[in-house]
Amino acid sequence: MFFTYLRRELRRRRKAALVVASGLALGIALVIIVSSVSSGMSKAQDKVLESLYGLGTDMTVTKAAAAPGSGSGRPKFEFDAKGNDDDSNQSSDRVLVQGFQTLASSTVDTIGKQDGVADAVGGLSLNVMKVDGQFKRGEFRQEGGPAQGGPSGPGGEGGSTQPQGEVRGGGASFDVNSYTVYGTDVTEQALGPLTSSKITKGRTFKASETDAEVAVVDSAYAKEKKLAVGKTVTIHGTEFTIVGVSTADSGDAAANLYIPLKQAQTLADSKNKVTTVYVKASDSQQIDHVKSTIQKNVSGTTVTTSADLADTVSGSLSTASDLASGVGKWLSIAVLTAAFLVAGLLTSSAVSRRVREFGTLKALGWKSGRVTRQVVGEALVNGLLGGVLGIAVGLAGAYVVTAVSPTLTAQLGSSGVGMGGGRFMGGPGGPSASRTLDVALTAPVSLSTILIAVALAVAGGLIAGAFGGWRASRLRPADALRRVE
Amino acid sequence: MYTLRDVTKRYTRGKTTVHALDGVDLTIEDGGRLVIQGPTGGGKSTLLQMLGGLDRPTSGSVELDGVDLAKLSEARLTTVRAQNIGFVFQSFNLIPTLTAQENVETALVPLGGKAAERRRRAAEALDSVGLGERLGHLPGEMSGGQQQRVAIARALVKQPKVLLADEPTGNLDESMRDEVMEVLETMWKEHGLTFIMVTHDSAIARRAPRLATIRKGRVTITENAAA
Ligand SMILES: Nc1ncnc2c1ncn2[C@@H]1O[C@H](COP(=O)(O)OP(=O)(O)OP(=O)(O)O)[C@@H](O)[C@H]1O
Ligand SMILES: [Mg+2]
Repeated sequence: MFFTYLRRELRRRRKAALVVASGLALGIALVIIVSSVSSGMSKAQDKVLESLYGLGTDMTVTKAAAAPGSGSGRPKFEFDAKGNDDDSNQSSDRVLVQGFQTLASSTVDTIGKQDGVADAVGGLSLNVMKVDGQFKRGEFRQEGGPAQGGPSGPGGEGGSTQPQGEVRGGGASFDVNSYTVYGTDVTEQALGPLTSSKITKGRTFKASETDAEVAVVDSAYAKEKKLAVGKTVTIHGTEFTIVGVSTADSGDAAANLYIPLKQAQTLADSKNKVTTVYVKASDSQQIDHVKSTIQKNVSGTTVTTSADLADTVSGSLSTASDLASGVGKWLSIAVLTAAFLVAGLLTSSAVSRRVREFGTLKALGWKSGRVTRQVVGEALVNGLLGGVLGIAVGLAGAYVVTAVSPTLTAQLGSSGVGMGGGRFMGGPGGPSASRTLDVALTAPVSLSTILIAVALAVAGGLIAGAFGGWRASRLRPADALRRVE
Repeated sequence: MYTLRDVTKRYTRGKTTVHALDGVDLTIEDGGRLVIQGPTGGGKSTLLQMLGGLDRPTSGSVELDGVDLAKLSEARLTTVRAQNIGFVFQSFNLIPTLTAQENVETALVPLGGKAAERRRRAAEALDSVGLGERLGHLPGEMSGGQQQRVAIARALVKQPKVLLADEPTGNLDESMRDEVMEVLETMWKEHGLTFIMVTHDSAIARRAPRLATIRKGRVTITENAAA
């Protein structure tokens, strides 16, 4: 009888059931959309972070920022301004350690031995500035006219517009070519920035190529410079054979060129030095603990976790992510609470409209518990109906978000002390360079989200059932004789 | 057999107290038939509630076959209702979403037993009130007289000792009134029930062999040997 009665009620009072169900559905759909969008956001953030770190890296260790003014190794280009007639090309390239701060290679081992560290790999980030160009002596001009300083290339200080009768030009035509080189530990390729790229042509380094003159080139840079597997590239006078082309997963590579660590150290004159140590924790729940262990035991270092780095993410990605975790969360909690309450009140008022019906059943000898069970059963089915509806709407919503996949921008590392510094495209200006990434937002729905939705549906049904059941349990059999409905 | 001794029922609403029943003494033999009449608000329905174990008196005792319903626990009272007492209400009180057969089955639900057996007995009961063809009809698809006959089938399907009817013809027009009264009388005769009925219909009251008139909670019995 329980199921017959239940079925009949739901079929013949479909509207009432649908009102309760759609209220719950709205709440549940919102929860699904918000949680899938937030997980899309965190995925996008992970992608951004991954492009800096490489896969599987939990934190990086860099030298603690030194006091400003220690100013070693500012780049100096020495050109001779030669006579006017001499327009022979001059060329110079400078290999600079990014951020100008290095750690001793032995630090990598020290870190590797710390509690909770699964793996530690060192790497050296270099910035190479290559300048080709020629100087011309400036010319004196009576009237303002086009500066005859020769074609000004990028970086060439063209003549400034000033009052007439000045020396114009001082023309210099430079071609400044700045690119990044990352010295990777070829014996340990499981960690480090190269892990966020896939080898799309050729091969990656062999473990034996610790000091080989081979290079892997990022595909974007390869395209720009017309480099390919088998060709060579010259860095600071050393010729490297390109063995592979890599493509960054996020579309934004960590470096333009990758070479064996030892080669990088030689080029930068930084023997046994690394800029960054990539650390993998043995337990991803213990990252903060590992961070403090390293900071305590290895002095003079800065440890940056993904969480620290995530704090430096700004731009529409972080705005949207704040929105999803803030407004979205509260909105779904509010709507869900309201939906639960409305479902409860509707169920309770539905019981009130059926006072005589339930009173009659009690008069016929139905135990109070049986009547209550009937009411709770109906509410539970309404809840599940709402769950199914809500999941359908939620999935549709998440699908739409993924299909539209709005583009979000992320600005990284504006306050990137330490780890960021080693890796950004920053010029000699220091480690505070930032970079912007575009990430497409998706809204992946996980199984756990669906399970939560089902749990919410059941909870909603039970709450509604509790309201209705409580009301039903208080009805007296004498209510069967009530004249007004 | 019913034995009521000094039964009072008071309803208190705020400061006013209504004496719905005021010292009622009454005996009803097994298989007897009692018609209750009286002005509106006199306490007819209240008396029926006491007899049917739907409510408890404020004081006094309501014995059914030696068991005082006033002293039974709610659970025991529910069992007594389920087994021994059939109700017919003025406004039929059928479950609107259930078919005629399912409505009749609801009376058998508290008694347990197999669903198939329940269905068979429900169909039989409906057949005996002349609705054998209407098993699958919803209340809304039937006339008032038919609905009340479904309610009578529901009251009698469990073969109770007592049938209580509160103005069973009150919501029916004349032709249907006769149809329902006929069914009730036949059932009373066939089942050997104790049949207690509240009515406003003076024609029915006049024909009754035993008539209880309730005014302001007090009962007067009139025996009518001629009827
Ligand atoms: N649940 C209740 N709460 C308060 N007062 C009640 C309640 N039930 C009945 N009464 C009062 O008790 C008195 C008797 O009511 P009862 O329903 O028994 O009258 P009745 O004879 O059946 O009237 P009618 O012919 O209108 O059905 C009335 O004054 C009524 O207002
Ligand atoms: Mg009444």
